[in-house]
Amino acid sequence: MKKSIAVTMAAIFGLMAGLVAAPVAESRERLVLQGSTTVLPITVKHAEEFMKRNPGTEISVRGGGSGAGIKALIEGTIGMAQASRSIRDGEILEAKARGIKVVEHTIAGDALAVIVHPENPVANLTKAQIRDIYLGKTTNWREVGGKDQKIVVTSRDVASGTFKAFNEKILGKEKQRPDALFLASSAAVVGTVTGTPGAIGYVGMGFLRPEIKALHVDGVAATAENLVAGKYPLGRPLFIYTAGEPTGLAKRFLDFIMSPDGQKIVKEAEFVPVGPVK
Amino acid sequence: MTRATKDKIIEWGITLIALTSVISFLGIAVVLFAQGLPAFNFVGLWDFLTGRGWHPTHVYEPEFGILPLIMGTLWVAAGALIITVPFGVGAAIYISEVARPAVKDVIKPIIELLNSVPSVVMGFIGLLILAPAVMNLFNLPVGLTIFTASVMLALLYMPYVVSIAEDALNAIPMSLREASYAVGANKMETITKVVLPAAFPGVSTAVILGGGQMIGETMIVLMVAGGAAMVPTSFFEPARPMTATIAAEMGETVVGGDHYHALFAIGIVLFVITLILFILVNLIEKKFRREKLW
Repeated sequence: MKKSIAVTMAAIFGLMAGLVAAPVAESRERLVLQGSTTVLPITVKHAEEFMKRNPGTEISVRGGGSGAGIKALIEGTIGMAQASRSIRDGEILEAKARGIKVVEHTIAGDALAVIVHPENPVANLTKAQIRDIYLGKTTNWREVGGKDQKIVVTSRDVASGTFKAFNEKILGKEKQRPDALFLASSAAVVGTVTGTPGAIGYVGMGFLRPEIKALHVDGVAATAENLVAGKYPLGRPLFIYTAGEPTGLAKRFLDFIMSPDGQKIVKEAEFVPVGPVK
Repeated sequence: MTRATKDKIIEWGITLIALTSVISFLGIAVVLFAQGLPAFNFVGLWDFLTGRGWHPTHVYEPEFGILPLIMGTLWVAAGALIITVPFGVGAAIYISEVARPAVKDVIKPIIELLNSVPSVVMGFIGLLILAPAVMNLFNLPVGLTIFTASVMLALLYMPYVVSIAEDALNAIPMSLREASYAVGANKMETITKVVLPAAFPGVSTAVILGGGQMIGETMIVLMVAGGAAMVPTSFFEPARPMTATIAAEMGETVVGGDHYHALFAIGIVLFVITLILFILVNLIEKKFRREKLW
């Protein structure tokens, strides 16, 4: 009995030691990215393609939000952070306190699409109408040319990059109505709008599906072409942040993202390229 | 090694293990307060607890009022308790007092199995099945409401309440029931007039502990409560409980910023509420023992 306990303990400690030691023994080059869930679908595709072309490299990408990514970057636990908002002053100060200069790389553009249930007859809203809906001045679809139906306003969480971008473009200094449904991810916004006939929401272009309808804003559809042409009013840049100028694997990966091949992936993921596309 | 030294070593080892949880608890409390108290540099305690506006990231005029979040938590937990108490205590009475042993052996494990469903699965079922049903059944604009979250929470914590309440009922000695039958009471009278009053402290402990679990639950409320930061006025409105707020916003916030500290301060509020419930349970138990109700 005693012996078996000792053996079990030894096995557990052995396993723990093994887990700790494993990354050291790893000969592959590794890079970890963390951050915005909006940028995630593009970066994942970049990572897959890059690893296919460069055997022996391992790039893993996770979500968690822009803030979590930038925090991890400043703390040095990851190599790159993807973000759907620009770095905030507080974060720059914290990085400075740790002797880190965070460098911004714009890797793609995104349009915020305003989405509704597909059965909603409304096809176009002006920025002013969207603003009134999010301020709580407009509460029924009838008031903007739709059915007599209560508007269910959905929003991303107050700390998300998508929320920040939408608020800057639409609300300015005003505060969003308190009865809006705050949802924890863009996928949750899409899910809620899909299941709620009176709902309105906003997501990045990459989240558009056939089950939801993207409205025209000021008469312009949320497409990459309209964004590049400067016609669509709700555009925003997407970023990758590095601690200092990237070197080694991080530099090679970033160069790939910015290359015509990498920007082609951006386009295929239905975001807007920021450089020449192959 | 002598027997005495061996005993000593084992004793020390066990003490050390017990101390780990004490140290962890203290550590958690210290971190919580160290990160949360700075919030009161920019918002007064009273404004924090009674403010109605939760706009922590607003660039021009941020607001840190968590009354809507506190009320969201309380409404959801209250709704869940309204469902759990009659059903949970009823089930405990059935298992402990009415069911034949063979039936009891089947039903009890099944009820307990409900508690082993991961809360994220409960949330998912709520999101995909219950929320649309609630929306259509009550003709609501949206199915993500306090009611939806309460039902899923009640399902998840029902077994917890059932098993603690059942333990309390089982702890009532047979002699009490036998005395009741001896003076001519029937089964119904024995349950309502003798067993339940005697087990009341234990059953209320079950309810309070269940309520504490519901207040702390995060995944279900995050997924199905809707997330509107507004003081609710009915069970069929969306709400944003405190736990859901922390879970949803912590990942994206600037570490060390005002919003970050405010989220930790919400954690303190949750911690204090749970602590109060815990003390309440202990008081009830103490009173219960002193009065020797059995």
